[in-house]
Amino acid sequence: MRIRLLGAAILGLLVLAGCTAQANEQVRTVTITINHSSFGISQMDYRPGETVRFEIHNTDPIDHEFILGDQAVQDRHETGNEPHHGAIPGEVSVPAGQTATTTYTFDEPGTILFGCHLPGHFAYGMRGTVTVR
Amino acid sequence: MTKTRLVTTAFLTAVLTLGLTAPAFACGGLVAPNGAISLLRTTTLAGYRNGIEHYVTSFEFAGGGGGKFGSIVPLPDVPTRVIRGGDWTLQRLQQEVQPPVAPTFFAADAPAEASASPMAEVLLKTQIDALDITILKGGGTAVGNWAREHGFELTPDAPELLDFYASRSPIFAAAQFDAQAADELGQQAGDSTPIHFVIPTDRPWVPLRILSLGRAPDELVEADVFLLTPDEPNLLPKIETGLSIERSENSSELLTSDLRSDSNMKWVDGDGMWLTFLKIDSTAKDLTYDLAIDPTGTREPSPVDAGLAAPAAKTAGAEAGPSLAWTKWLMAALIALIAFAVVKRRARAGTGTGTDGMRPAA
Repeated sequence: MRIRLLGAAILGLLVLAGCTAQANEQVRTVTITINHSSFGISQMDYRPGETVRFEIHNTDPIDHEFILGDQAVQDRHETGNEPHHGAIPGEVSVPAGQTATTTYTFDEPGTILFGCHLPGHFAYGMRGTVTVR
Repeated sequence: MTKTRLVTTAFLTAVLTLGLTAPAFACGGLVAPNGAISLLRTTTLAGYRNGIEHYVTSFEFAGGGGGKFGSIVPLPDVPTRVIRGGDWTLQRLQQEVQPPVAPTFFAADAPAEASASPMAEVLLKTQIDALDITILKGGGTAVGNWAREHGFELTPDAPELLDFYASRSPIFAAAQFDAQAADELGQQAGDSTPIHFVIPTDRPWVPLRILSLGRAPDELVEADVFLLTPDEPNLLPKIETGLSIERSENSSELLTSDLRSDSNMKWVDGDGMWLTFLKIDSTAKDLTYDLAIDPTGTREPSPVDAGLAAPAAKTAGAEAGPSLAWTKWLMAALIALIAFAVVKRRARAGTGTGTDGMRPAA
């Protein structure tokens, strides 16, 4: 009896470990913390076909955004008039003191950019590159 | 959308309370957006006598557009009074050292949307002419949240600057110039409203870095600082790019008499004080310091007060709770431990024990 109880406990631990590992393989979660108008990271690398869930924590008392895309996407946001962004993969507004998430699949090899295009933020340094290979 | 222009007065003043006679430098950072700021030379007077710092600065109205204009300045301590300053004190000081500078003004942006966040504590509110003055207490984030929710549009460098100052003093002054109120009072573009902050403090310093707020790295920051101290003061930094001491001398009898005759200026010692005049002509990226002052001239000012050294680090708070993964493993381990304990207990019950808790001899 006691052996059965021990076995059940060990089996439970193994199942728990397996579930966690399986979940992690499907979508990677990347946490980015914005502080003092900085993403804290300027370069990221992912594999073609990889799906990443970005969790953006904004610790500043001002709004920010996280825009992932090629130069054309960045230019559109830099010159556009949209104050906030909806549920577009890789594009999310992050109000002051809040957390927002966006999920993006890196389909093709190459280099894309990420940045914040609120007035003056991109020029201030809120930008970086993503290499997909 | 209503266009906003930044209002910058030649007397943009940092409502920083200096307990010392050191010249209060009009060190206010305009937090209006668009970079449409054309700042004139900021002029501030900080005087110290009988344990009280008198910080006199003026805000000039640029006119136009409606909406509100705002400036946030760090303070070294809490002011006991915020009153209308003398009508011509700053101008008189400018005349003492140079010709008057024609002001340029900018209107601030319309208020931003409010959002729920920790707020700074409001210590004091007053209105002087068309200028609303609010004394705040809080960390950089709390003050930033308050500013955002009250119509200040913060530039991307604001969070870092607010934290830079809050690490030394949690006291800030927010000045909002209501253009509509100014029109109702008949104020014209170029008219200024002098503000006098009465602040008890024993750590006087003048905020200078705040003047770089919202500016491009190579943009020129121009400002004048006047100090009135009982004796020739020690200053820190002594020499910096873009910082120069233009005059350091006993104030003349005429200047002393003129200043004392202005409103709320009787605190100036009738026997004269030591006048120091400093000029700031620095690019924004080089203006990384503040002006620390020892009014007695017998001690070295604190590098922390000058922004040259960080304040002592605070004890790290409790770490965040365990991650979800760790929680799962902990629960699994607990389950295994409970299962093991049950097994052990049943094993004891099955074999029995003697009165002394030991197993009977086989």
